[in-house]
Parts: sequence; C-alpha cells; structure tokens
Amino acid sequence: MSAAATNNRNLELIGFALIALLIMVVLPLALDIFRLNLIGKYLTYAFVAVGLVLCWGYTGILSLGQGVFFGLGGYCMAMFLKLEASSAANTKIQSTPGIPDFMDWNQLTELPFFWVPFNSLPFALIAVIVVPAVVAFILGAAMFKRRVGGVYFAIITQALAAVMTILIIGRQGYTGGINGITDLRTLLGWDIRTDGAKYILYFVCCILLLGSMLLARFVLSSKLGRILVAIRDKEDRVRFSGYSVGDFKIFIFCLASAIAAVGGAMFTLQVGFMSPSFVGIVPSIEMVIFAAVGGRHSLVGAVIGTLLVNWAKTAFSESFPELWLFAMGGLFIAVALAFPRGLAGIFTDQVLPYIEKLWSRNRRGQDGVVVPNPAPAE
Amino acid sequence: MANSTDFLLALEGVTVSFDGFKAVNDLNLYIDKGELRVIIGPNGAGKTTVLDLICGRTKVSSGSIKFKDQEITGLKEHDIVKRGIGRKFQTPSIYEDLTVFENLEISLPRGRNVVGALLWNRTPEIVERVREVTEMIFLADHLDRLAETLSHGQKQWLEIGMLLIQDPEVLMLDEPVAGMSVSERAKTAELLNKIIQNRSVVVIEHDMKFVESIAHRVTVLHQGKVLAEGNMDAIQADPKVKEVYLGH
Repeated sequence: MSAAATNNRNLELIGFALIALLIMVVLPLALDIFRLNLIGKYLTYAFVAVGLVLCWGYTGILSLGQGVFFGLGGYCMAMFLKLEASSAANTKIQSTPGIPDFMDWNQLTELPFFWVPFNSLPFALIAVIVVPAVVAFILGAAMFKRRVGGVYFAIITQALAAVMTILIIGRQGYTGGINGITDLRTLLGWDIRTDGAKYILYFVCCILLLGSMLLARFVLSSKLGRILVAIRDKEDRVRFSGYSVGDFKIFIFCLASAIAAVGGAMFTLQVGFMSPSFVGIVPSIEMVIFAAVGGRHSLVGAVIGTLLVNWAKTAFSESFPELWLFAMGGLFIAVALAFPRGLAGIFTDQVLPYIEKLWSRNRRGQDGVVVPNPAPAE
Repeated sequence: MANSTDFLLALEGVTVSFDGFKAVNDLNLYIDKGELRVIIGPNGAGKTTVLDLICGRTKVSSGSIKFKDQEITGLKEHDIVKRGIGRKFQTPSIYEDLTVFENLEISLPRGRNVVGALLWNRTPEIVERVREVTEMIFLADHLDRLAETLSHGQKQWLEIGMLLIQDPEVLMLDEPVAGMSVSERAKTAELLNKIIQNRSVVVIEHDMKFVESIAHRVTVLHQGKVLAEGNMDAIQADPKVKEVYLGH
C-alpha cells in the first residue's frame, strides 16, 4: 500500500479515536443530562450521515429520502414501546382498553394485525433493521436495475419521503397521525424517562454509532469499497469489468438505510416519541446537509458535521427561530460552492499541511541547525 | 441450429435502427479464433455501434450474434463479459480516483458478486498477476499512482491492461491509439502484437499507418454494411474503398 494510503488510514483511526473520546468521555463529563440527551439526539442523526457517506459520498447515489428509513426504524421501536405503555391497566378509561390511546380516539376497537407482532421485543428489534432494509431493497431493485440514477433517483426518494409523511398523517388511527407515537414510558418494565436511563441510552447510542462507523469502514476498505468508488467514477466501465452494478448499488443503499434506521430507533428511545416530522422531505434534506458540511467522503467528518450543524441549529434558533431555515440553506449553498468536500476536506487540504509545516519547523528549531538529511534517531 | 459454425464470434443479419435510421444494416461479420481483425470506415459507418451491439450496450433490432455458437443477444453487459468478451472504449475509460494497482485488481475476473467483493483477500498471487500485467503495459513503476495523474497514452495502456487481466477470448478495442504520440503508437503496436496471442482481437482504427502495422484482415464498413473484406493490400487496391474512404 502506498504511503499516502497508509497515512490516510492512520488519520482516520486517529479521527475515530478522537470522536470516541469526545462522545464517550468529554461530553458526558462536561454536560448535564439535559444537554447530553440533546447530544444523544444529534448522534442519532449521525447514523443517517454515516449511511449517506456510504451511498452518496462513495457510490454517488444521492438519496433525499433517508428520513424515511430513520423514521421506519424509529416507528418500529415506538410501536413496541407504545404497546408496552398501553397495558389494560394503563388504559382502563378508554372505551377499548389495551390498545394505544390514539387508536381509541380514532374509534378503533381492536389492534390492527400489523401491530400485533410488535408485542415482542425481539421482533421489534429485528424489524427496526429489516423493515427499512426491505423498503430500500424494493426501491433500489426497481430503480437501479432499470438504471435510474442521479437526479432522477434523488427525486424519487424525495417523493417517497412525501408519500410516507402523507401516509402516516392520513392513517392516524394506525399510526398516530401528525402527533406521532407519543407517551412512551418503559422498555420491558425499565423506565426510559429517568436521568439514569437517559445516561445508559446515551452510551448505547454512542456504542452503536461507533460500531456502525467500524462496519462502514470495513465495507469501504474491502474491494467492494473500491468498486463503489469505481461506480461513482465510471459506471459503464464497471459493467464491462464484469460486475452487475445494480446489485452493488442495491447493497449499499440497503446498508445505508439499515444504519439510518438504527439511528431512528435510538432517537425514539432517547427522545421518547416518534413523529412524521422526522420522516418528510425537510428532515431528509437536513440530513444530507449534515453529511455535506462534515464531508461526504469522510465517516468521521460526517459525524462532526452532524454535531456542529445541530449545535448551531439549537444555538441559533433559540435566538432567531424564524431565520434558521435560511441560515441552513445558505450554509448548504456555501458548502456546495466553496468546500465540496466539507470540513473533512478543509482539514486534509488546509489544516494538515499547515500542521506538518509547523511540526517540521519545530524540529529544525530544536536541532538548532538545518540538517538536510538528519541522521536516524537513536 | 442449422448453420452451426466454427467461428468464435458470428454476427448474422444484424440490424439496429435508431428512430428509423439504420446505423447497422443487415450486417454479417465472422471472427475466427486467434484472428486480429481491423474494422475501418468513414465517420458514421457504424463501427462503434457494431462493438456496442456485440458487448450488449445497444440492443439489436433484428439478427443474431453468436459467441462460441451461443446466442448472446439480450444478455446483460456483465454476463457477456463473463462469457469472455472484453471491450475498450474510445476515450480512456478508467477509474480516475483509484490507483493503477486498484484499477487492475478490480478488473481481475474473480469475486465479482457482492459477497465475493466484500470478502476479497489480496493474496500474493493476485499482487503478482497485477505486477505482471503492469510490466506488459509499461506501468510497472506507477503501481501506486492515482490513475487520474497518468498521461493520456498511459491511461490508454492502463485500460488495455484492465482488459488483459480479464483474459477475454475476444478483445474489442475502439481506436486504441487515438491521441497518442508517435513513440506511444509504436509501443502500443508492440503491445497489441503481444496480447493477441491466444485470443481474437477486433480493432477499430482510423490511423492507416497503424492499421498497416498490425492488420491481418481488414473489414471496411460503409453506411452500416460491409463494403469490402480482405487483407490489407487487397483493401487498399479496392476502387470502392478508395472512393468512400481512403481517397479522401
């Protein structure tokens, strides 16, 4: 492997270690549980950004509908929690006790069939990953096998985001409608609303995010990762090297969606509800912006980008709520025009050479004299 | 099959029309095992379209294309590649964001499905094979260079190398010396003469000097049909060919 590639690998490892240190040690020590829980919420978006690095940054598939997969994961988790919160004892004032409150308000008298399996936690956990992956597979198979790509694919995913929102809002007896699924309380009897539970869930979220990054790293450093870059570069050539391009695109799109869905499930657990406002077009595009700002070719960059943009959003919208969307749009345009490789690009192109220069100057300063070919250190 | 042949590749009655315009019209073309065939012809004669048809990039409107006596019309591009037909494009078509080594590694005919690619293991044998090919294509000292930093001629060679490592039985080259310097052309001719061992090669070329240096048999296309076919001397003497092509 070339020196540059080895260097890049080391750099990524350092970046990964710093992220782990930041979210697992520094932030929990520095912040109170309210702020930490907020960071935990941001980190759930980082799952989506990691997925976008895979399918957008490396493969060139821009999906403007990742909120759908985030939401599906979140809803699968919320359905289990809601059923647990809707025990007959908790809902005895309803006209049909034992079903979620919003169903009762919508004159449903019995649990819909697709809700029934969500009484089981193992089923719900599997569904968190499988349901979004299957949706991604169907969409991917329909599009990529027909060689729909680029802008057209982006528009289709956006349409999917719109369809999902309308579906969820329209069928409120089955989905909780625009309010979403709220008032989630316990996970197998363990109250998730306490500070202690929030701490634990925050760390679970961190570990899953770091795990997702490692999984993504593994995929990208295999030959499959290089094929993805090749597809981004010259799709036709890949076909004539004997690969079925569609299969590879479907795989990476499903993987990105499954990772986004894990984020969604962690969102539900940490924030305590799930609603269509995290599924639609706007959140989906916001998630693309997180990845773009951080750097769509860098897993570490995408996580940092997500944290920074969300922190800015919170800080900014506390003072100027109505201006935030404009700021966000401006930020995206600025990044797309000036820094197409995001913060990670700025770091490797500008900051790193500067540090290297400082470093070598320092060493020369210590030696006192300029030695063109320094002797190897003892 | 009535007319089972010994030909490696047989195109019979192949027609393709784009909105009524017949780019290739009732074309018959037979390629033998181990043959080097050069296709020449004026612009718009349908040369590139013929290659597109063989490799599955364009679908035939009617007619049959048989490879080793098996119909390949209607197969997907990657399936045709797997059968043993390789294609080089007119403009260098390589993966610019990957290194020379990685370009060739991807082109090895192994681990071509998702699982195979995920569990790919870069064995010493693979490294050795890639090195072998880079020596043939004059890029042995550039293994770790990003392909985008190569010169135009080197990119053309890299693409030929990518085909070589695929080890196809039929190799199709679309203008392999376009945009090359004189010395690069000579080297490419040498390279082509080396790689035609054990396989059939179909070359599209405009450069007549280059054609003379490599050609065994020449097919002249004109308006989607075969105008003449034969060895180089016969073609150059043919008055029809002179009129539509060489005379200009």
